[in-house]
Amino acid sequence: MTVVNATSLQQALEALHDHPGARLVQGGTDLMVEVNFNRTTLHDVVALRRVNELKRWHIAEDSQTIRLGAGIPYAEMERSPLCHHLPALAQAARTVGSPQIRAAGSLGGNLGTCSPAGDGLPVLSALDATVHLQSLDASRDLSIHEFMLGVKKNARQPNEVIVAVTLPVLNGFQGYAKVGTRNAMVISAASVCVVHDALGGTIRVALGAVAPTVVRTREAEAWLASQTNLAAPLTVTAELAREFGRRAAAECSPIDDHRSTASYRRHAIAVLVERLLLRANDHGKSPR
Amino acid sequence: MSNEIYRLTVNGIEHEVKDAWAGESLLYVLRERLGLPGTKGACEQGECGSCTVVMDGEAVCSCLVMAATAVDADITTVEGLSLDGEPTDVQQSFVEAGGVQCGFCTPGLIVAVHHLLDRNPSPDELAIKEAISGNICRCTGYGRIFAAVERARDQRRAMQAK
Repeated sequence: MTVVNATSLQQALEALHDHPGARLVQGGTDLMVEVNFNRTTLHDVVALRRVNELKRWHIAEDSQTIRLGAGIPYAEMERSPLCHHLPALAQAARTVGSPQIRAAGSLGGNLGTCSPAGDGLPVLSALDATVHLQSLDASRDLSIHEFMLGVKKNARQPNEVIVAVTLPVLNGFQGYAKVGTRNAMVISAASVCVVHDALGGTIRVALGAVAPTVVRTREAEAWLASQTNLAAPLTVTAELAREFGRRAAAECSPIDDHRSTASYRRHAIAVLVERLLLRANDHGKSPR
Repeated sequence: MSNEIYRLTVNGIEHEVKDAWAGESLLYVLRERLGLPGTKGACEQGECGSCTVVMDGEAVCSCLVMAATAVDADITTVEGLSLDGEPTDVQQSFVEAGGVQCGFCTPGLIVAVHHLLDRNPSPDELAIKEAISGNICRCTGYGRIFAAVERARDQRRAMQAK
């Protein structure tokens, strides 16, 4: 078994090329659980912890998009200034594990593991993120919707590193909510991200932990757009929000497992979508 | 690196790790290879916080760090908090406030609380609860642990005011 501690992206890509099938590790919070419980056989490992290129972020010159290095820890997404640019991502990051986990875990790891319950993934889906992949001799960009293929399955090739994601900088409400069996240190039983693109006039909703991959509720989104003008300011009634929650929940396909039941998950989705839409409606308006 | 010797810097001292499987966790290496058993292991999946150490200025679960990837890191364990062998102010506060019962979670909590107070000298109740939300204690019900952290915080403030 070989462990390569890469100090640059180039070195990591060369190591992946030289050791085909090597496991990539960023923070280790997923991989080491598998290792500690003998759920995986480790051959070669390429560690990305020291690759500073993966920990940078910047806003594009036109201010329309923000590019986040895949190795940025959740702890940084929770804090200023990133939390101001990507409020739903900050909220999602805030719900991941414990401070110890958030100091280590990253979006790259969330994408690489591609668990249906990954807390960053509904945010990436609702924002229609672009995932940037790189190998020694090529690079490619995939939509988040093309990237996530199934339970712990994604479109990354063995010789590729997930280097970054690009997200739009939007004007409008962004929120994330999840339910689990307790408040801290919990894996989602159901999670929701709602994004309001006030200029584009869309509400975008993504659901986590209620299907093999994150679900975008496109039918519910289209229905809502047909019912009310989604260009700011929103005028959503309580009845409309409730119906929107019901319609969004109808688009997921949850299962019974050790964390929750399918029927509770569907109910939770309806409640969370309704709640987040009402928050979007109140956003930016003076308190009643 | 394949079962080669690698070096870890723990509490300011460079250690050689020999004859180790390269996939071992930092927790395992600290306890079983370097003779530093102060860091405790329980859940091995980052849920309990009993293995908390500070690595490059961040409190992390050592069970989730592959030791062979930490070769360049500056690691502080509970053994490295006291420079003179006497209890630190945080450790003393835990004793005085009755924040220790079975003691298994204590080293992880002590490391997490030092990390908190070193970065934020005046945490409020919420900041304290947040900072130790990743450290599980099954004995105390946390009340005396919170009291211990507040005690350490207030003593540091009083020292600074002098």
